[in-house]
Amino acid sequence: MLDMSDARKLVEIRGLKMHFPIFSGLLRRQSGAVKAVDDVSFTIYEGETLGLVGESGCGKSTCGRAVLRLYDVTEGSIRIDGVEIAQADPAQLRGLRPTMQMVFQDPQASLNPRMTLASIIGEPLDEHTKLGKAEKLNRVYELMDAVGLNRAFAHRYPHEFSGGQRQRIGIARALALQPKFIVCDEPIAALDVSIQAQVVNLLEKLQDEFGLTYLFISHDLSMVRHIADRVAVMYLGKIVETAPREALYAAPAHPYTRALLSAVPEPDPRREARKDRIILKGDVPSPANPPKGCNFCTRCPEVMEICREAEPDTFEVTPGQFVACHLYAQTNSEQTAGQAAATEAHKSIQQGD
Amino acid sequence: MTEPTAAAPLSDPANRPPRNQWWDVLDQFRTHRGALIGAIVFIVMVATVLLGPWVWSIDPTYIDIRARNQGPTFAHPLGTDQLGRDMLARMMAGGKVSIAVGFTAMLLSLFLGTLIGLLAGYFKNLDGPLMRFTDLFLALPLLPLLLVMVMLFREALSARFGPETGVFILIVVAIGITSWMQTARIVRGDVLALKEREFVLAARSIGTPSRRMILRHILPNVMSPVMVSATLGIANAIITESALSFLGLGFPPDFPTWGRLLFDAVDYLQQYPSRVIWPGLAISLTVLSVNYMGDGLRDALDPRIRGR
Repeated sequence: MLDMSDARKLVEIRGLKMHFPIFSGLLRRQSGAVKAVDDVSFTIYEGETLGLVGESGCGKSTCGRAVLRLYDVTEGSIRIDGVEIAQADPAQLRGLRPTMQMVFQDPQASLNPRMTLASIIGEPLDEHTKLGKAEKLNRVYELMDAVGLNRAFAHRYPHEFSGGQRQRIGIARALALQPKFIVCDEPIAALDVSIQAQVVNLLEKLQDEFGLTYLFISHDLSMVRHIADRVAVMYLGKIVETAPREALYAAPAHPYTRALLSAVPEPDPRREARKDRIILKGDVPSPANPPKGCNFCTRCPEVMEICREAEPDTFEVTPGQFVACHLYAQTNSEQTAGQAAATEAHKSIQQGD
Repeated sequence: MTEPTAAAPLSDPANRPPRNQWWDVLDQFRTHRGALIGAIVFIVMVATVLLGPWVWSIDPTYIDIRARNQGPTFAHPLGTDQLGRDMLARMMAGGKVSIAVGFTAMLLSLFLGTLIGLLAGYFKNLDGPLMRFTDLFLALPLLPLLLVMVMLFREALSARFGPETGVFILIVVAIGITSWMQTARIVRGDVLALKEREFVLAARSIGTPSRRMILRHILPNVMSPVMVSATLGIANAIITESALSFLGLGFPPDFPTWGRLLFDAVDYLQQYPSRVIWPGLAISLTVLSVNYMGDGLRDALDPRIRGR
């Protein structure tokens, strides 16, 4: 893990809300909103990897896209490299694009089938640099070398590649402008297990080489454990727990995190048999109509009266480990969410090893 | 490179080393037998129509009343019509006009349809107005509309550009602006689907502005349906022109087009069926060959099919 004592905040998200309006009725009036991301705050330090985990539909991808302003966010503040972009206009945003890039989930769908590999990787260069043809091709070749693609493939089309190779193309495209921050939106979900390892190792290698900062979105907890420095757990549009990797996997604090971790398969069959799985009952509530109080109260095994009435504040249970749960209210009752957010930076610096 | 992005990816000259991608397109086109035959037939027809009058130098409007209603002879290989005009010469003269009208009107309607479809599909706030506009055009009774247009503008255009060019422009515009709606609807539907694909999102994360997004990512991917409506559009345009000529609202009566030849011959269908068959065959062959060419071109332009 990186030494965070001198780390700088590269990405700072405060109170991010991404609500998609629902229109209904004869006059198409707005009757509600899907709260895909609801009041999310986190910080990513330069050079680290923040893993964002959660089950399908909890708003991970939306969160990642909103952070890059691929959506118009409803509310909140997004600071990337010191620049506030939450309400930036398209022209301003275009200038900031080179700092932040994205690797997409489905490598098949994220590459234009009618463009050659060279023009796909070269597209960011077309948009943001004024290189000549030969220089551009050279840069494309460099990028292909960096991600381990044969230079002879430059004039082929995406359908001629395997899934892993396509994902490398996507990574090369994201690297083209030498970004500082890359959002990896489930980059390994559509790949075979053997290829997953290759791609994750490539991402780690590139991080070392270029000093990249990742927001690594995934539902694969073992993979996140491998790659992330800190982990944020999302449930129904909210972050329920943020913690350094080791702390989270050793002692998950939030009941949802515990349930999630108990579902990770154990390679040893004897230990697997002994493990008590926490099986959650029921389905995730609709994000258009989340329950009153804590979002998790409908399925929480340790639900209390207060959970159905009030939204939990965020408490710091161990240094650097932040949990939004009423279970910790007694021990930490004086600490409010606002203070927790303010001290998060300070504490996680101490936590760094 | 000052303007490196406006070119479609296939024509992008940036990636040269091995070979131009258009050669791949040509290779693929050549493996499509129907397309190849279609292309040959079409080229032969165009060549006959353009170069034929130099070889067969009889004036298509020359009336030889004593030689009327003849069958095929060496003097008149396709016979003569009821006024003794040579059918072969009339076929060639008519073909020139019909193919020109078909192609130009198709290009115009394709341009309008693609433009409106792209704008409606891509820009959410233009979708409603533009599609209602399309519905409006679809709901208009076309033939009366064409009649009114011809009535209103024929004199003015004839005075401005001369009777033949004037009528040509009028007919091309009339057909073009009354036949773009299908294309617009098809293109809009495809754009709506494409817009949600991840590569468009990827381009947005790069910061590609809308104009280049449409030209680089959307337009090349809607080429297939556009190509299909293009080939069908030629057929439609030729037939609409025939209908207009039949109603006496197209070109002047002594000015031959395939449609007019066909309708002139309908009166004599019982006695001289060959006079209907020749222009009919010419129209069908043109339409069919263009359809096959379009089919082959669509396949050749798709890199996923190419090389198979």
